[in-house]
Amino acid sequence: MSNIDDELTHPGPAETTAGADGHVPASSVRLPFGRNPRHFGIDPSDPWPADVPMDQDDTHWRFENDPKGAKRAERRIAACWTVTLLASIAVCVVYVTGANNQLAGLCYGLAFGGLGVGMILWARDLLPGHEVTASRGHHEVSSEGYRVAVAESFSRGTDAIARRPFVFKILAPAAGLLGLGTLFGPVASLGPRPHTDLYKTKWGKGTRAVDQDGNPIKPTDLPVNGILTVFPEGYMDDALSPTLLINVGDSDFKVQPQRAGWNLQGPYGNIVAFSKICTHAACPASLYNVQRHQLICPCHQSTFDVLDDCRPVFGPAPRSLAQLQISTNSDGYIISVSDYTRAGGGPVGPGFWNRG
Amino acid sequence: MSTTQERAAAQKRFALAKSGLDTVDERFASSKWLVSALDKIFPDHWSFMVGEIAMDSLIILIATGIYLALFYVPSSTDVVYAPTSGHVYLPLVGQHMSEAYQSVINLSFDVRFGLIMRQAHHWAALIFLAAVFFHMCRIFFTGAFRKPREINWIIGLALWQIVSLEGFTGYSLPDDLLSGTGIRVIYSIVQSIPLVGTWLAYALWGGRFPGSTFIPRLFVIHEFLFPLAIVGLLTAHLMILWHQKHTDFPGPGKTETNIRGSRVWPQYAMKAGGLMMLTASVTFLLAGFVQINPVWLYGPYTTYTVSAGSQPDWYLGWLDGSVRLWPHWEFRSFGHEIPNPFFPGLLIPSILFGIMFAWPWIDKWIYKDYGPHNLLDRPRDKPFRTGVGVAAGMFFTDLTLACATDLLANNLHVPFERLIEVLQYGVFVGPIAGFVVAYWTCLHLQRTDAHPIRRPVGGIIYRTASGGYHTVGDVHHDDHGHDDGHGDHGHGGPHSDTPGGQSPRHDAPTPEPVAGD
Repeated sequence: MSNIDDELTHPGPAETTAGADGHVPASSVRLPFGRNPRHFGIDPSDPWPADVPMDQDDTHWRFENDPKGAKRAERRIAACWTVTLLASIAVCVVYVTGANNQLAGLCYGLAFGGLGVGMILWARDLLPGHEVTASRGHHEVSSEGYRVAVAESFSRGTDAIARRPFVFKILAPAAGLLGLGTLFGPVASLGPRPHTDLYKTKWGKGTRAVDQDGNPIKPTDLPVNGILTVFPEGYMDDALSPTLLINVGDSDFKVQPQRAGWNLQGPYGNIVAFSKICTHAACPASLYNVQRHQLICPCHQSTFDVLDDCRPVFGPAPRSLAQLQISTNSDGYIISVSDYTRAGGGPVGPGFWNRG
Repeated sequence: MSTTQERAAAQKRFALAKSGLDTVDERFASSKWLVSALDKIFPDHWSFMVGEIAMDSLIILIATGIYLALFYVPSSTDVVYAPTSGHVYLPLVGQHMSEAYQSVINLSFDVRFGLIMRQAHHWAALIFLAAVFFHMCRIFFTGAFRKPREINWIIGLALWQIVSLEGFTGYSLPDDLLSGTGIRVIYSIVQSIPLVGTWLAYALWGGRFPGSTFIPRLFVIHEFLFPLAIVGLLTAHLMILWHQKHTDFPGPGKTETNIRGSRVWPQYAMKAGGLMMLTASVTFLLAGFVQINPVWLYGPYTTYTVSAGSQPDWYLGWLDGSVRLWPHWEFRSFGHEIPNPFFPGLLIPSILFGIMFAWPWIDKWIYKDYGPHNLLDRPRDKPFRTGVGVAAGMFFTDLTLACATDLLANNLHVPFERLIEVLQYGVFVGPIAGFVVAYWTCLHLQRTDAHPIRRPVGGIIYRTASGGYHTVGDVHHDDHGHDDGHGDHGHGGPHSDTPGGQSPRHDAPTPEPVAGD
């Protein structure tokens, strides 16, 4: 066979190198592209497979024999890339002149788009390549010889382990506990233990209710059918404490037997206090339908009947909103009598495992 | 230039390339691998392109994401938004907000090109998920997950899950009212896990919601943990794909042991690069012209407010819809409780993902087909599988619609209660109807062998060299006896009906001349 230098000086087709039986020599001769098994995923030592046609040639391109068409294609591609060129300059101009978002998007879009369309046109019109069929080669499975060999290599180790089952039996729990022991401390430090934290809000005996600007509230501040989000004074940020004061007026509010006196009644109407935190997924139940006296949670549309203990009447919420016992202090401001209690339907908010 | 000169120039280039590649080979013995890489064949069917769009979007996401991270402040420290020397969004002046939210507002208004990078990042995420989703549908409906590709199906599903969570953590970082509401719901779902939920929520959030630890942690998760997992899994996904080679639709001359398509070098590589540029182009046009996630309109997050019309990004809509449609059930006994959000928020998705992860093996069991496959099924070939896929799609659609019940009710002027009830029935009716229609359609398409969308074909019959007949469009290969009535031609061997096996594609309405023939 010829050496590499010969090939380079005589790169003509070496038609004779592929034998009639389909075998090709394993030398480094430059074979015609469609006869070189290496370009078709075929192991050169294997016969040419029946499902891979010989003499496939994808070195041709669309306008190979059409110089005028090629010229036109070249101009099209150049035009696209000129768009990229101009848009790339324009995007800098846009930046300097105030960075209008629409113009920036347009320029970026044109810059990338021009480049992309040009590349695709170049590929389609001037670069070689179309569909060919190649072999998948020996990718499916290894030969049985190698499969046996790998099983042998693996067994060399597992046999040794199997000879000493006792140490292995100690190793497994030791390794497991090592993992748990290593992780326990760091994981435990991620956050505090919940203990009874979820049962508590920041309301308590005599806590003043304030609005979102921190002003305390008097019953007369709330007109009939009025609704106000209030917070325990000083704890606006506590996620479980936000509470709704609702003046239901002379509507027929069903007082639960154990909750007599939890509301404020007077010439101003009838003010009740319910947790704003939905018992479903803790969104604030913010929408109030005055005509039906219903609270609706905007997140998942749970609907609560305010006149009936804020019982859920529609949607996924499983429990009533908890009621807060309120009163007024000597200055006439609304205060809580205690934190939310079991009797009031607490703890507030969505369920958790040991809520019971 | 004359032909002789051209040939001389070509020889010179060849010598140059060879000496360069030889230099590499002498170090890495790389030629065997490189020739297989440069000659690697990619099937030309358009549906194979969608996975590439996903990868292109990921590259855009990484590039824009690194940029955004240079400006974002992962802190929930309370600040008051005040006029600065730069551009200010006046409606927010004087409002309390977290430093995180303020940094996003400043990035959007005060940093030149900050807004377009933010919007490009968000749009790229939506495109990414859409591409991932479509790619997964192709894999499912054509049976590409079958042996030997089960592992890549599992990696792909894991990627879909992590990418969805990555999207969620991403749009939660601005700490605006909408994203804070989303995190609040997620907290409730974590808290609802039996046995460990409360402790898990306190560990993740560093205590009671919202706390000040979560935003910095979210930043680490979104910037480091999930991207690391995504890039790692994607690398494995692509290496396995590269090693196993693509699947391919059946067609004349195609067998289980060969592959048909275009070589990666040079044409396909150029086309793929062009596609990446076009993906970037579309992303940036959207980022320029179509507003997305205007956090300044939502306002900063507070624990006591929420805006009506709170929807997650589209790819998580089905989970939100599931949480909306689940009835008001929860279970209490022995002093313990399994709260309501656990069932629709975790249990149902876990069951669904469990089925999806197990599908390659369920599919083997259904079709009693345990062998390896490189040739794809057409969806009609496997009516049951296609029916299951369409049923899953109907389920997904129903739940996604359910996440927008408030918007739909407003726009359609119907009470949201009725709409939710309709969608609750839809959870059952939709998938059953979808299955029946898909199954029936598959059987019908098998009989007529028509293209599902295009005009039916007919009348052109080829006689093969071996004496068999087939019509154009009739390349129905099936190992398992789904006989379509054209059983004359076999499969497996090369068809000699057209030279080089370059027959028209099975879905072509008329025989197309193949370029270069």
